[in-house]
Amino acid sequence: MSDIALAPPARAPSWEFLTRLVRDKPLGAICGVVCVLFLLCGVFADVLAPYGFNQISPLNRLKPPSWAFPFGTDNLGRDMLSRCIYGARMSVIIGFSAAALATAVSVTIGVLCAWLGGWFDMLVQRFVDAWMSFPELIVLIVVVSVLGPGMGQIIVVLGLALGIAGSRIIRGAVLSVRQTMYVHAAQSIGAKSRRIVWRHLLPNVMAPVIVLFTNRVGTAILAESGLSFLGFGVPPPAPTWGAMLSGSGRAYMYQGPWLALAPGLCLTIVVFAISMFGDALRDLLDPRMRGSR
Amino acid sequence: MQPPASTMPDADDILRVEDLKVHFPITRGAVFRRQAGAVRAVDGVTFTLARGETLGVVGESGCGKSTTGLAIARMVTPTAGRIAFEGVDITDFDQDHMRPLRRRMQMVYQDPYGSLNPRMKVRDIIAEPLEVHGIAGGRAALKERIAASMAMTGLAPAMADRYPHEFSGGQRQRIGIARALVLEPSLVICDEPVSALDVSIQAQIVNLFVDLRDRLGLSYIFIAHDLAVVRHISHRIAVMYLGRIVEIARRDDLYRDPLHPYTKALMAAIPIPDPELEATRPRQIVQGEPPSATGPRVGCAFHRRCPAAMPRCAQEDPVLMGTPGERAVACHLHD
Repeated sequence: MSDIALAPPARAPSWEFLTRLVRDKPLGAICGVVCVLFLLCGVFADVLAPYGFNQISPLNRLKPPSWAFPFGTDNLGRDMLSRCIYGARMSVIIGFSAAALATAVSVTIGVLCAWLGGWFDMLVQRFVDAWMSFPELIVLIVVVSVLGPGMGQIIVVLGLALGIAGSRIIRGAVLSVRQTMYVHAAQSIGAKSRRIVWRHLLPNVMAPVIVLFTNRVGTAILAESGLSFLGFGVPPPAPTWGAMLSGSGRAYMYQGPWLALAPGLCLTIVVFAISMFGDALRDLLDPRMRGSR
Repeated sequence: MQPPASTMPDADDILRVEDLKVHFPITRGAVFRRQAGAVRAVDGVTFTLARGETLGVVGESGCGKSTTGLAIARMVTPTAGRIAFEGVDITDFDQDHMRPLRRRMQMVYQDPYGSLNPRMKVRDIIAEPLEVHGIAGGRAALKERIAASMAMTGLAPAMADRYPHEFSGGQRQRIGIARALVLEPSLVICDEPVSALDVSIQAQIVNLFVDLRDRLGLSYIFIAHDLAVVRHISHRIAVMYLGRIVEIARRDDLYRDPLHPYTKALMAAIPIPDPELEATRPRQIVQGEPPSATGPRVGCAFHRRCPAAMPRCAQEDPVLMGTPGERAVACHLHD
């Protein structure tokens, strides 16, 4: 009963969080490190890359991986490692911007629909139904065809497309939290809608929001790669993983398989790492998981 | 545990409920909604509650006791009737009008696991009512009020930085009570506050309610589904059946001499805390289910299950008759 009163020891929250991450979620911690490396690659591409992404070395065309060129070189004699590092920059910008926009759109639509309900929910959800019946890639291709290729268009279109589709998940989560007795209790105390949304609904839908965000980072990077593969992506010579896969990677698949392997592996590892890191974050940020594993 | 003598309804009534009805519409059709019927969850409930008094409300699942509590707290909109709280008619108040009154009228919920936000610390849960009503004061004053509220409900103030999942069911219910009491309300609506707890903890929590009432002069609407729980705490008890009060009486009168056959059946269902006596006690089991709350009311709602039913009971709906505040029963046996 009440006589087990022991104050929790004072601690620095961020340090404690890292300790728990490493102790309880080793895979999540490793994936977190990969995510950070990936971010750093994107941010410091200019410093990290041994060569420029368009620097041509005509004597070293289609060289397999070696000490001088760890990921090999492509058909024009460009260093694949440098191109992958610069490609990370494009992927970072597109992946995180589009995912952030998508999550913001999902949460806004989802919370408004679930909380307001009624005809507003009905109208918006029918619109979402209609939107979801279009494949995202088709919408992207149409917009890029009309507006021309460019990073801005890709981010906005991906963000909106993924955001509208994802609003369903958030709406469902908010609907279930809305039914809980603690929301009812907050209403009976006299709390206003804004407070209920910020203090009760949003913190309790953080789990799906985090998963949605990390999932969207991966999806956005893949979608951009898909677009580049189809030739609608960020225009060359900017290096993106998708364009590298579809360009030289496909054309020289037999002469130089590393041309496809290098960007393909980068893509796979990063998407996997972001997803696993997101799962670990979701579990650790839940106070109920504290002290258990 | 002697109840105070002042149980007569007078000018000091904190709550008056007159012919309260709450009907939930049943709609058909997704686009063109039309009302196909109504669930009459509460169908004409009248009572008064004096300051410092506790009214126990008992009845089986679906009898409308919780809906009555929700309607008084204006968490559902009454279909008809009047509710006056501290002399103010709140029947038609919207949420904005209700907000200042919610300081004086709080709820304690049944489920101690579901009624606390798992993402908030105990400190923030108890502070929320103060913040909502803008009476938090400074940080130190706030902390002090939270600590006082926790201490009052038997929680160590040092546990304020913990999350709800770190507490047992009984402790969580104490947190819920601390949240309700931090605003110093005059009326607390307790919606089956001990039903989800172990029997051993139930007594502790009921004792806490009694203790707090005596110290703070609270009035309770204490909803429960069995007569054993409300016996200790109530001054008066209302027995509900299918949306109506079938018997309301002072506690001692009700337990000594239950008049309504349904009350008698509930009374017979109280187990005796002695295995040998319990094994030999005569059982009176009420057969069947209560009638549908959507269909028309023909005769007494209890007549199909009543051991004392007369032909008249199938045709004529009995009305609640007796002395208000003293004893009233809705049964043809006692017309």
